[in-house]
Amino acid sequence: MTDTQIPPTEPGAALLKAGRFFRPGTPAPDLHSIELTGGREADSFYRDRWSHDKVVNSTHGVNCTGSCRWKVYVKDGIITWETQQTDYPSVGPDSPEYEPRGCPRGAAFSWYTYSPTRVRYPYIRGVLLEMYREAKARLKDPVLAWADLQSDPERRRRYQQARGKGGLVRANWDEAVELVAAAHVHTIKTYGPDRIAGFSPIPAMSMVSHAAGARFHSLIGAPMLSFYDWYADLPVASPQVFGDQTDVPESGDWWDAAYLMMWGSNVPVTRTPDAHWMAEARYRGQKVVVVSPDYADNTKFADEWLHPHPGTDGALALAMGHVVLKEFFVDRETPFFTDYVRKFTDLPFLVTLTERDGAHVPGKFLRASDLGQGGEGADWKTVVLDEVTGRAVVPKGSLGFRWTESGKGDWNLELGDIRPQLSLHGSQVATGVEVLLPRFDNGEGQGDVLRRGVPATRLGGADGPLVTTVYDLLLAQYAVARPGLPGDWPSSYEDADSPGTPGWQEAHTSVPAAKCVKIAREFARTAERSKGRCMILMGAGTNHWFHSETIYRAFLALLQLTGCQGRNGGGWAHYVGQEKCRPVTGWATLAAGSDWSRPPRQMIGTAYWFLNTDQWRYDRFTADVLASPLGEGRFEGMTGADCLALSARSGWMPSYPTFDRNPLELGEAFGDPVAKAVAELRAGTLKFACEDPDAPENWPRVLTLWRANLLGSSAKGAEYFTRHLLGTQSSLSAAEARPEERPRDVTWREEAPEGKLDLLLSLDFRQTSSTLLSDVVLPAATWYEKHDLSSTDMHPYVHSFSPAVDPPWQARTDFDTFKALAEKLSELSEGHLGVRKDLVAAPLQHDTPAETAQPGGVVRDWKRGECDPVPGKTMPNLVVVERDYTKIGAKFGSLGPLVEQLGLPAKGIALRPDEEVEHLRHLNGVGFDGRPALDTAVKAANTILALSGTTNGRLATQGFHTLEARTGQEMAHLAAEHEGKRVTYADTQAAPVPVITSPEWSGSESGGRRYTAFTLNTEHLKPWHTLTGRQHFFLDHDWIHELGEALPVYRPPLDMNKLFGEPRIGPDGSREVTVRYLTPHNKWSIHSEYQDNLFMLALSRGGQNIWMSPQDADAIGVADNDWIEAVNRNGVVVARAVVSHRMPAGTVYMHHAQERTVNVPKTETTGLRGGIHNSLTRLILKPSHLIGGYAQLSWAFNYLGPTGNQRDEITVIRRRGQEVEY
Amino acid sequence: MRPMAQIAMVMNLDKCIGCHTCSVTCKQAWTNRRGMEYVWFNNVETRPGQGYPRRYEDQERWRGGWELNKRGALKLKAGGRLRKLAGIFSNPELPEIKDYYEPWTYDYKNLTDAPLGDDYPVARPLSQLDGKPTKVEWSSNWDDSLAGAPAYGDLDPMVERTRQQASDKVRFEYEQTFMFYLPRICEHCLNPSCVASCPSGAMYKRAEDGIVLVDQDGCRGWRMCVTGCPYKKVYFNHRTGKAEKCTLCYPRIEVGLPTVCSETCVGRLRYLGVVLYDADKVTAAASVKDEKALYEAQLGVFLDPEDEEVRRAAESAGIPYDWLEAARRSPVHALISKYRVALPLHPEYRTMPMVWYIPPLSPVVDALSESGHDGEDAGNLFGAIDTLRIPLEYLAEVFTAGDVGPVRASLEKLAAMRSHMRALNLGEEPDPALPAAVGMEPGEIEAMYRLLAIAKYDDRY
Repeated sequence: MTDTQIPPTEPGAALLKAGRFFRPGTPAPDLHSIELTGGREADSFYRDRWSHDKVVNSTHGVNCTGSCRWKVYVKDGIITWETQQTDYPSVGPDSPEYEPRGCPRGAAFSWYTYSPTRVRYPYIRGVLLEMYREAKARLKDPVLAWADLQSDPERRRRYQQARGKGGLVRANWDEAVELVAAAHVHTIKTYGPDRIAGFSPIPAMSMVSHAAGARFHSLIGAPMLSFYDWYADLPVASPQVFGDQTDVPESGDWWDAAYLMMWGSNVPVTRTPDAHWMAEARYRGQKVVVVSPDYADNTKFADEWLHPHPGTDGALALAMGHVVLKEFFVDRETPFFTDYVRKFTDLPFLVTLTERDGAHVPGKFLRASDLGQGGEGADWKTVVLDEVTGRAVVPKGSLGFRWTESGKGDWNLELGDIRPQLSLHGSQVATGVEVLLPRFDNGEGQGDVLRRGVPATRLGGADGPLVTTVYDLLLAQYAVARPGLPGDWPSSYEDADSPGTPGWQEAHTSVPAAKCVKIAREFARTAERSKGRCMILMGAGTNHWFHSETIYRAFLALLQLTGCQGRNGGGWAHYVGQEKCRPVTGWATLAAGSDWSRPPRQMIGTAYWFLNTDQWRYDRFTADVLASPLGEGRFEGMTGADCLALSARSGWMPSYPTFDRNPLELGEAFGDPVAKAVAELRAGTLKFACEDPDAPENWPRVLTLWRANLLGSSAKGAEYFTRHLLGTQSSLSAAEARPEERPRDVTWREEAPEGKLDLLLSLDFRQTSSTLLSDVVLPAATWYEKHDLSSTDMHPYVHSFSPAVDPPWQARTDFDTFKALAEKLSELSEGHLGVRKDLVAAPLQHDTPAETAQPGGVVRDWKRGECDPVPGKTMPNLVVVERDYTKIGAKFGSLGPLVEQLGLPAKGIALRPDEEVEHLRHLNGVGFDGRPALDTAVKAANTILALSGTTNGRLATQGFHTLEARTGQEMAHLAAEHEGKRVTYADTQAAPVPVITSPEWSGSESGGRRYTAFTLNTEHLKPWHTLTGRQHFFLDHDWIHELGEALPVYRPPLDMNKLFGEPRIGPDGSREVTVRYLTPHNKWSIHSEYQDNLFMLALSRGGQNIWMSPQDADAIGVADNDWIEAVNRNGVVVARAVVSHRMPAGTVYMHHAQERTVNVPKTETTGLRGGIHNSLTRLILKPSHLIGGYAQLSWAFNYLGPTGNQRDEITVIRRRGQEVEY
Repeated sequence: MRPMAQIAMVMNLDKCIGCHTCSVTCKQAWTNRRGMEYVWFNNVETRPGQGYPRRYEDQERWRGGWELNKRGALKLKAGGRLRKLAGIFSNPELPEIKDYYEPWTYDYKNLTDAPLGDDYPVARPLSQLDGKPTKVEWSSNWDDSLAGAPAYGDLDPMVERTRQQASDKVRFEYEQTFMFYLPRICEHCLNPSCVASCPSGAMYKRAEDGIVLVDQDGCRGWRMCVTGCPYKKVYFNHRTGKAEKCTLCYPRIEVGLPTVCSETCVGRLRYLGVVLYDADKVTAAASVKDEKALYEAQLGVFLDPEDEEVRRAAESAGIPYDWLEAARRSPVHALISKYRVALPLHPEYRTMPMVWYIPPLSPVVDALSESGHDGEDAGNLFGAIDTLRIPLEYLAEVFTAGDVGPVRASLEKLAAMRSHMRALNLGEEPDPALPAAVGMEPGEIEAMYRLLAIAKYDDRY
């Protein structure tokens, strides 16, 4: 090469040229650069900045599914910053890895450690503290002092009305703990332990911190409130269809999918650490479809973007199902699909048809008892027609095989010689009959009746039941015509009048019919080619609706029909608020205190808030507005509160406070307390508290929040909370029900109570909307200041929190705080409580024999004389539990004896950790009563790990052996490879540890494979935990029929105009526009982070904002960043407008968990501080969520319960004056 | 030939999820201190959008980078030494704080300390510059994810230029929505105009790895570098009065760790590696007349680490053996020179930037399927590129001085890779015509796939 340089010709070049002789360094031949040596001393500045003393591995522990491992840097004893750890065990050579998990929210977390919003000391509201001190000085006894204060309405209201309005004063720990413990003792003594409650969500993300508080509450007999259903993150369709809470693939399994639909799940924002799998899988040829009403962040990655109107997703999914059923089942049978549905779904099962108006309606699953067969479990054995013999036969695997002696070894999906007949169509014995099916799509969600037909046959002669299959009903529901059947059927895909067709969905969703057909076809074709590797990621966007389960069931149907469920790379992937506390049995044992006493009180959060914040008083309609046109009037005159009361007294759902009397009093009744209580209930002298929630003796009195920001985040109906529960300021303007709209069975008191709670306590490390409203705030350690455990369903590892620094100032870990509280409570109980007997009402629980309490899903209300009140059968089970309140602290710090005496329940089997207890005694040392000590967070962590199959191979293998005895299928080999493996806390500190395949979950990690749900079912023929043992398309409970939701059906969003008189959507022509109000997850907060973080605020818009379309903004003259107010009957929000064309007209987004602590001015509407995002929402109960006592429709904690859905809400938006006041 | 080694970066924008984790970890590590509140060595822009500082790409306004004089030689766009000297006390081409943003905080203490009042206490915004109450009206990321795009999107200089080429291509309407994210750090250019702009000689490019730095002792705070850098990636610390910039995390690079922004990139889209180049060719390459030829010209500056002659020359130039080996294994070299899927950012600034980008692919088939064709069909695959939701013309304005050819070629390779791998994924026979159509062997496509998709830690850095 030669040097052919362009000569330097810029002005001054000659000077430069000459200069080279005088200046240091060697110029390049072209004189464009000079090479110098040395002179780098100033580099040291950045080297100093990069230096640190140590790096500690930890993570973040809120309601975030990331479970990311972070390196926390410490210099001079100060946390400086964090970056992601990259030490995840490899996923294998042909796949991406989990490193580096994290997101900007997590990356900004350390700001809190030393931030000006850090809670450094215990705080108590000054007015309360003064009055307490005065009373204590006078009475000398903390419990009496608290009682004195509560007995005076004037003093009580004084501090309640000060809630949230400043005036917090610094207290010391001893005094704060004493006051709190005194409040607990007084409440237990006066009202009962079930008037106390604890709220802390998502244990997987800091198991020890969660378990510590839950353990305290459980030991004293106080309920823990559920969160998954309350957050509306629980997909009710999951228990309905799978009989499982939620079980989903880890994100590494997205990689295995050949077709990926993201449906209401904005992965880059809400699953930031996992999003790369989606981006990378595209390079493997995966096709990506996004369904979202706005141009969501994940749309950037999509090959196709479908944007249905918000809340209409169910219609789109049904129409896709129509295409799949028509083209892949009816026009051309696809063996891969039909084999799957025959074996793994309820489609071949027989359903009775009942005559109605000259046609028929679907009734109940045909059961062995219907065929005159007796014997054990005959009411729970469902029936198919055998294609080979033409006879009705009972295949194995239904619930009748699960809990019976005779079913031992036969609870499995082996079909033997049976070949279940999918359809009766074409069968010689079948004739076409007309069926009536409900529709809800016309008008404003009101029902109407469809006439379609199914082939049916009568079994056992003229008097026998008329039956058809679920499959035949499904085709009728999906409008897939077959020759020779009566009824009205669509003329073509384009037929817009016939519910189920692509043309029909277009009318509701705006998605072109052709596009719907194309995607459905591609999806099914890919499933066929890839053998079930199509996946739907679904999330809050489709799950937070009132009728979410109908939307989800339409999604799940697509996956089940195409054989995608229980496959790597296939199936549903529900990602919102889901978690996987992988060492679940150990955590549950500690949290429920079930090592000392059983059962714990666990309450459905939504119902708790619905009643205690008095939202039920604002229901202006009865539940029959939701009913099917084919319903039987079961909800007539019943409001949401009535449905809840029926559910509670029938033993379906838990209900705490339970009775209108102190359960300690009931437990200590002379003779047989249970019989006595039943007799009193029957006589009406004892009532359920939920039947009169406004009676002072039924109010909740003490509430503790930790790891939670209820009042700045999840409190749907936030303004109802502040008015009724807390008794302070509120911008609520809704009207209460008029006399004719009031409940049938629940007592109405003329004056709605304000200020039910005596004490609101929160533990936090920052000032939140909740801490500001609390009476007592205790300073908590952050995630970088404690020992704890973390896991998630997004990756298969368990790893640790470790303290990078000790808790600064006066902060303590949650574990230490609750330990102190437990000890103080024990001390104060001397002379006030002592040993007591507590009558606990326990609902009929899923995965226990109690789920077979109410055969056929027939509703009978003992209160109305339809049956007798029989505990554990037609009403809750009643159990007397002994509690020594002077030993709460001692029990808190030791592992109790029931662990090995009764074993640990794990999804219907028991784990027997006898060896483990002995081992823990050596590892942890000996505590109270010779039991293993549990007095530090590390010991608690080790105990959790030792008592769970996922982290203890011996227990996993043992559990599988127990399961084998029931299923008759070999499974223990799945865990055998790790039988000797015991994960310890130290292991999880060293690196993330892969978990062991365990019967606690439904999938397998064996051999290092990616976890996905239900592979134990599809590969090892273990039944689903449902009535038929298969995945359900059909649900036959009386209330489900009443709602018209026996089959997947489209139900549009609730009509807030009709229900509450809100304006209709659209501009009013002057200064207001009414819009759909959605609260999707925020890019700059929640998860591992909160809205007040300075870094996140700097990267976003610096405060509350509402995204809106240019059309809606123009309609009311709003420009980007203008101040606006959003107003509806529930409350008022003041925020900045973000105007963007990525938003569809008619819909606004106020991203989730926007608090009122930062940059929120006073509103023009009320003159008071603006609200949080949930100030505009409220709760409405859906009766289907309250069902219990019936197979998979039975309660378990965070498994089934009413959801706190909030997506159907609307609001008015106005431009306001642009000069704001703080 | 004068071989030199440089640590360079490639970011695969097709994988960027716009999460800003890189910005936050970088901010925490490097600029979370007084005087630097407004500074983001690493920032992520939503495109279309104005960027940070606002409209930094408008070089008619800011005069950053180089241009050719009448004789075809390079000169600083902001003018040579004499002009600099004249404007040394009041540089008119310097962005003001409002062009970045006025950093703010909140009165957080009020939450804890507020006395008992008649309403909920709140933390109101305060300026970080003067501590007084302020209104939050702009930030480094104000237009994140198309926030306010109908109001401000037209001000994106690249939107203006794209519309000059194809007037109907960029509309801020719901159905036409598109966006992508552009993370940016200092380009550590081969021909750095910031260094050339410094009157104090305080800026330098390190000989061993090409990192461009400000000598904090030598800096006199003239801020000519701020003007000179067309990417506006040199910042003024208003507390120390010195210029500061991205250091490519040299304290980490020197001990074998990737930069903070790379290691913490959750999208796994950043690649770091050694690139060998011929220092003698830089000036000529930066001086080619046609702006659209600058991309090819810069490729011509890079040296092939497999070439025996290059290796010998490198050895005699003092480049250590392990650096030569690193250059061979360099993912950056592979993506830029071997597969030619990565492109420079604004080559027309003539600084020879060394942070390159793979353009974003998706979504491709949307527009095509509207017309009844399936963009996934091999036959339509390349036609689909022209119907990208993100206009090719826009990408070309960002990466290739307006030449859509290289952008299309890069995207065609990605599309061919997806199609080829889809067949393998489904256990079907791949069509050999596809790799051939983009000038690649099947094996080469699969190797590129591994680098882009599987992308193990050790393969990225």
